[in-house]
Formats: sequence, structure tokens, C-alpha cells
Amino acid sequence: MGMIEHAGRVLDRLRRGLPLVPRPYAAIADDLGIGEEDVLAVLRHLDEVGAVGRFGVIVDHQTLGYTANAMVVWDVPAEAVDEVGRRITRCGGVSLCYRRTPRPPLWPYALYTMIHGRSRDEVTARVDAIAARCGLEDVDRQLLFTVRRFKQTAACYGRRAAAPTNESRGGE
Amino acid sequence: MEIPDTLDRQLLDRFQRDFPLDPQPYARIAEALGCGEAEVLERLARLKERGAIARIGLTVRPNTVGASTLAAMAVPSDRLEPVAALVSGIEEVNHNYQREDRLNLWFVVTAPTRERVDRVLERIEAETGLHVLDLPMEAGYHLDLGFALWE
Repeated sequence: MGMIEHAGRVLDRLRRGLPLVPRPYAAIADDLGIGEEDVLAVLRHLDEVGAVGRFGVIVDHQTLGYTANAMVVWDVPAEAVDEVGRRITRCGGVSLCYRRTPRPPLWPYALYTMIHGRSRDEVTARVDAIAARCGLEDVDRQLLFTVRRFKQTAACYGRRAAAPTNESRGGE
Repeated sequence: MEIPDTLDRQLLDRFQRDFPLDPQPYARIAEALGCGEAEVLERLARLKERGAIARIGLTVRPNTVGASTLAAMAVPSDRLEPVAALVSGIEEVNHNYQREDRLNLWFVVTAPTRERVDRVLERIEAETGLHVLDLPMEAGYHLDLGFALWE
């Protein structure tokens, strides 16, 4: 099996998290029937080619008191989005900043920022501060606070088990 | 949950990225923090049990491995619960939130290929009869690098 085949299986196994045992890569390797060094090689390779966003402790912000989270969208003209996105990133105070395809007239927004805070007021104040620091006071923006989290799990990048059918669930 | 002590805070803050790619990563963390490997494992297990840690895992940069998109729907309020449950029940949906807007349901679909992402969106439209707004990422200026919980 080559690196690509290993990579899909390692990523899939990692969705359940790195085991909390002294040799976790060896434990994953045993599950997959490959070597500990193969698992480490895959992870180093993904990192080297720039595919890794991050690898480490994924904390639950809500449990730790960051209960106010807003997706803030800014109505920046298409030609200015890249420049403003980089400016916001330099200003700091956001946990994510990216451009997405706008869908006017229903959804004209192309620039997205995620802001986590301990309270609604803290998040609102931070958005005001970002607007002031980055010269965006006149840009239309919307704060979409999170009301409820229905689901938050690891993404499915690689292969996965076939979806259960009625038959495999016992014909319910 | 109760306020984590200094060692817990360091475990939560310092290893959100660049987790040791060493056969014994928890031993390397223990060395960095000046405690024992068993204590690191015990504390991480406790933080996970309390829900402070979702997992020790890997996030992939968008548009490198697989495909993903952010999707939004305007769901009538009396249908929100069943529609949200339907969306959450799909394996390729990894995040699903209710937000304050007319577009009140926001979710992320991730799959090995863009074709499979499309099939998931089509299935949700077919099963709900509601329009799904597809908002794929075009450029990232600041991606998820973890952030300091305690400055």
C-alpha cells in the first residue's frame, strides 16, 4: 500500500481522536494493520505538503466558558475582499477569517470572520473594535450569533464505512 | 466546569498545534511541562471526560484533502428541530448550528470529493423541499490555528 492509501485510513481513524496511551501511533498502526513508522510518515508527509491545518488538542470552547460565538459577515466589494481579509487578520481578535462565494441578492456577503467570546457583549465590543481598527465602520455587517449547536464532530476527509442500510440495522 | 489549574491550562493551550510526531508524544509533552507521562495521560483523559477536550485530532486545510462547503438554510421555525435532526444525521455533516438570522441553520459538509458534497446537498434539498445555499470557501486569510484560552 502506498502513502495515499495509508493517508486516507489514518485520517479516518484519527476522527475518533489520538488514543490516550503511551504509544498512540503504534495503537493506530495495530488497528490498521500497518507499522507505527507508517502512521508517523503519513502525518509528517501531510504536514510537509501543507495539508495540515493543525494537529493537536481540539478544545471545546463552550465547555471552557466561551459560550458566545458569532459568525460575522461583512459586505465588502468583491475586488476589496482579499485586501480587507488580510487587514482584519493583521488587526487580530478573530479566530477564523476567509472568503466564500457570495450568493446575491439573497446572501451578498463574501468575507467571513468567526469570533469567540465569554459573553455576547464581549463579542459585540470586539466586532466594533475590529471595525474601528480596520477602517470598516461604514461596511454593512451582520452578527450571526450561535443559538444552538446541533452537531460538532471531526470532518470526514477520507474513506468511511458504508452508510448503514435498513437491512444492516435489522430492518427497522 | 470548574476552572482548570495551571497544568491543565498548559495542556489545553500549548498543544493545540504541532503535537509531537514522536512514538511517545505524551512523554515529550511531560518533559516540556516538567511532570510525568502518566500524569499527562491521566489529566488529558479527565479533561476529555469533562468535555473540555473534544479529541486530539487533525484538521485539514480546506481544498487540500477532500472537499467541503458551508451551507445555509432558511428553515420555518416550526420545522427547525426535524430538519436539523435530518441534517445532523448525515455522516458528511461535521458541524451544524442554529444561528440568529432568517438563514437559521448553518452546517459544514466535508467529503472525499466535491461530487459527494453535491450529492449530500441535493439529498437535503430533496428530503426537506427547502433551498440550500452552497457557500464554498475561496480563500483563507486566517485559518483555525487554535487560540490562547488564557493570556
